[in-house]
Amino acid sequence: MATRIVVSGLSKSFVMHLQGGVQLPVVQGVDFSVDAGECVVLGGPSGAGKSSILKMVYGNYGADGGQILVRDGERLVDVASADPRRIVRLRQTTIGYVSQFLRVVPRVSALDVVAEPLVARGIDRALARSRARELLARLNVPERLYTLPPATFSGGEQQRVNVARGFVTDHPVLLLDEPTASLDAANRAVVVDLIREKKKQGVAMLGIFHDEEVRAAVADRVVDVMAFRAAA
Amino acid sequence: MSAVAMLPDAETERPLLKVSRLSHYYGARLGCRDVSLDVYPGEVVAVVGESGSGKTTLLNCLAGRLTPTAGSVEFRMRDGRLRSLFGLTEAERRLLARTDWGFVHQNPAEGLRMTVSAGANVGERLMAIGDRHYGTIRATALDWLARVEIAADRIDDEPRSFSGGMRQRLQIARNLVTRPRLVFMDEPTGGLDVSVQARLLDLLRQLVADLGLAAVVVTHDLAVARLLSDRMLVMKDGTVIEHGLTDRVLDDPREPYTQLLVSSILQV
Ligand SMILES: Nc1ncnc2c1ncn2[C@@H]1O[C@H](COP(=O)(O)OP(=O)(O)OP(=O)(O)O)[C@@H](O)[C@H]1O
Ligand SMILES: Nc1ncnc2c1ncn2[C@@H]1O[C@H](COP(=O)(O)OP(=O)(O)OP(=O)(O)O)[C@@H](O)[C@H]1O
Ligand SMILES: [Mg+2]
Ligand SMILES: [Mg+2]
Repeated sequence: MATRIVVSGLSKSFVMHLQGGVQLPVVQGVDFSVDAGECVVLGGPSGAGKSSILKMVYGNYGADGGQILVRDGERLVDVASADPRRIVRLRQTTIGYVSQFLRVVPRVSALDVVAEPLVARGIDRALARSRARELLARLNVPERLYTLPPATFSGGEQQRVNVARGFVTDHPVLLLDEPTASLDAANRAVVVDLIREKKKQGVAMLGIFHDEEVRAAVADRVVDVMAFRAAA
Repeated sequence: MSAVAMLPDAETERPLLKVSRLSHYYGARLGCRDVSLDVYPGEVVAVVGESGSGKTTLLNCLAGRLTPTAGSVEFRMRDGRLRSLFGLTEAERRLLARTDWGFVHQNPAEGLRMTVSAGANVGERLMAIGDRHYGTIRATALDWLARVEIAADRIDDEPRSFSGGMRQRLQIARNLVTRPRLVFMDEPTGGLDVSVQARLLDLLRQLVADLGLAAVVVTHDLAVARLLSDRMLVMKDGTVIEHGLTDRVLDDPREPYTQLLVSSILQV
């Protein structure tokens, strides 16, 4: 199976200028890779740096050192050093991301929030909406909510909109930050099925799952982030 | 992964606007200093910073409305060549402003003609680029009023009778009707109440995406930058102190001043 992500020697710390410039080391020497069709899970206690690693792979956080190679068609892109416009393009075609919480945009309906990544890839809006509709239905989001902006939805409803938005495209790389955290058992099972389908399609996934059961059901390997703990 | 060569990225795209080491002084007073920036087709760049940091000065220099004290601004003409803005004649620059650029002012009164009808405000721009057919001009104007959510029966009203939000939407229609390649916006949602702002922002987001516009948006509102832009620049005391991918600058700011800006707002 082709390798889609190779992270090597990655390090990250935060310098908190408003707290007198204190340096907060997070991780160092992070090494792992993810193959196509595989779901690799980042494990470790709260604060270990799991989300930070995921965000660096998405380009949302900057890296202090190391490489994050992502296969983009016939090329490799080092997200750790890529220029911003390259990252914008990479997100459009290659890397999808389900954040822990949905960031709501005023006035945009749930259906369009989900359809948007498809439209951004040049897919006709009507087709994008029908794909969005299918996925929302699978995730048991009540149909009456489709036309409403998700700002007033419950936590679990927002999370399902967020999951649908991440899964609607056929991005070959998918990053998942606790996509099942606020879901009930039935919807957790739907997400597990969606992840299995993505694996069959050869999508490389890197995820964080607190729920033991979900993790056992989807993880091919667990990477222990505590092994990369940076010395304070 | 060794099977895949580390090819350099074929950078086929060329910048639409190229700004190098631009400075502007008002007499002895600093407006902005040593700003370099490229804007590519289809991307939205936000310029943020506190009041007096030089955002409007920079924008006016980019749009050829203010002559820089030093540095250069080049624009890619339709023939594919980069030309220095300030090497153009005044007439050439004015033509460019009509055909290739839009400029959305914070105060719609500056960008609209307040004493002619809404329809004429939009139609005028079409006539300026050579459209002469009354029927098509009116039809296009109506279409654009609808796109910015202004009811068709207001087409003959003067913008004086419009609310602030409607005026701003009309100004946007007036600017976008000619399908410019690059739009400059100075605080497009400033001075409007929050609900009106949300509506306008959503509209701008959609138009920018649908038309594939390149835009430089000046705002002091980080939420506006987050929603509209791909990249952003942070200005302080006339200089750019941090720049990068918008969500990275907002979520992982490096500079003390950017950290202060981001922490001073509730949530973006
Ligand atoms: N933007 C940021 N600015 C400053 N510090 C941050 C930032 N993001 C994360 N941190 C810090 O980095 C450390 C790792 O956080 P991270 O969110 O990666 O942990 P995590 O393993 O995902 O934890 P959890 O399981 O609780 O989500 C924490 O100490 C956190 O406070
Ligand atoms: N016409 C002018 N004559 C003299 N000084 C000026 C003039 N216009 C702006 N300045 C000064 O240049 C500096 C930058 O002003 P500018 O208008 O570019 O700031 P800004 O970032 O747009 O601020 P704001 O957010 O308040 O609109 C300020 O110190 C301002 O006082
Ligand atoms: Mg986390
Ligand atoms: Mg200003």
